[in-house]
Amino acid sequence: MSSSGITRATLTKDLRLEWRSKDAINSMLFFALLVVVIFSFSFDPTAEESRRIAGGLVWVAFLFAAVVALNQTWARELRNQVLDAYRVSPAPANSLFLAKALGNFILVTVLEALMTPLFIVFYNLRALGPAYQLLIVAALGTWALVVNGTFFAAMSVRTRSREIMLPLLLFPISIPALLAMVEATSSILTGEYSARFWIVLLAAYDVVFTMASLFLFELVLQAE
Amino acid sequence: MKRAFPILAVLTAALLSYGLYAALIVAPTERTMGDVQRIFYYHVPSAWTAFTLFFLNLVASIVYLIRRNPKADALAFAAAEVGVVFCTVVLVTGPIWARPVWGIWWTWDLRLTLTLVLWLIYVSYLMLRRFSSSGQTPVMAAVLAIFGALDVPLVYFSIWFFRTQHPQPVIGGGGSIDPRMLHVLLINWAAFSCFAALVCWSRYHLEVLSREVEETQALESLLGAESSR
Repeated sequence: MSSSGITRATLTKDLRLEWRSKDAINSMLFFALLVVVIFSFSFDPTAEESRRIAGGLVWVAFLFAAVVALNQTWARELRNQVLDAYRVSPAPANSLFLAKALGNFILVTVLEALMTPLFIVFYNLRALGPAYQLLIVAALGTWALVVNGTFFAAMSVRTRSREIMLPLLLFPISIPALLAMVEATSSILTGEYSARFWIVLLAAYDVVFTMASLFLFELVLQAE
Repeated sequence: MKRAFPILAVLTAALLSYGLYAALIVAPTERTMGDVQRIFYYHVPSAWTAFTLFFLNLVASIVYLIRRNPKADALAFAAAEVGVVFCTVVLVTGPIWARPVWGIWWTWDLRLTLTLVLWLIYVSYLMLRRFSSSGQTPVMAAVLAIFGALDVPLVYFSIWFFRTQHPQPVIGGGGSIDPRMLHVLLINWAAFSCFAALVCWSRYHLEVLSREVEETQALESLLGAESSR
């Protein structure tokens, strides 16, 4: 089987599992909904204020919700020693990693697509800048969260107290990406300044950490 | 090597005490800030030492991944731990100095934020080492160290741009330093570097020893199980 074939097979398997159980997407959706409602309560912003803070709220909600999905990426493979089977199989580690990262990317993108209308309703949002750029920011930002998240989930799944370990590893490294997403989103919503620098920074972050993950994933998978 | 340790210890003690004397008495009082500026002689050397140690950690981690030498891993661990301590000193002395001089405890200035993010990354590094099971720890920690190092330039650019859009922080950039102050600063820097090397060395030694003890105990219990059969 070619390595792209392995990627496709693993991705289809994960998506089918998720489609039948809907465990991750349901818990993520409900979690993100709770965050939206609680934030909306506790800040009760006017339209002008919410345009300023929405970038931060949206991405913090998505970040927290994404952790829910990321945590169960590899946990599923621990049952019945599937992960050990991957290790001894000749399948390249990177195709497995890419499949997992793409799976998470699809999950988080679906979450974002479903949650965005809610954000618009609750916070009265309307972009004053070029709105199409939000799609670029969403795609790059989601990949930034997901690529490192998938990588660190593979590390945290083999620690004690694995559920809590993932955010502890992921959040510090994600600070520049998160700052870029939040600032890009706010600048597009308020239309006050250009988001170009932040989009370039996000793209650079994506390239750097995708390369690093692909380069180092085999080491992490094989770590004894 | 063993003999060098007490020599280094004596040198460190001498340098640290002279450094304290120089910082409190020899160095001239700063004109606008007054005596509170003397915290500078501890704040800046701690920062330099912390950054040196984090760099040492990165080098040792890469060496470990290439050579798989457990000693490199022990050195990486020791450097990260001592580095976090020095970085904490920087982050505590910073606000103490900033409050009377700038009127604020904290500002999202470039260097402050970069130091804070580095501190966060290395605390997560130590947490990972603490929570992962012993066999896999070295590889995962080394990988995390590389990720952290890759993150630093990105953090730098993001905060640099973040700050240029917002009001500039109240820091007097540039300007020259009194040669006497520079002298005291360098003395303290040498003292802190020696101190860090000393602590790092003993921490490294302790780590190697404790691993040896663990291995021996594991071996003994194996042999014990074998003979009781």
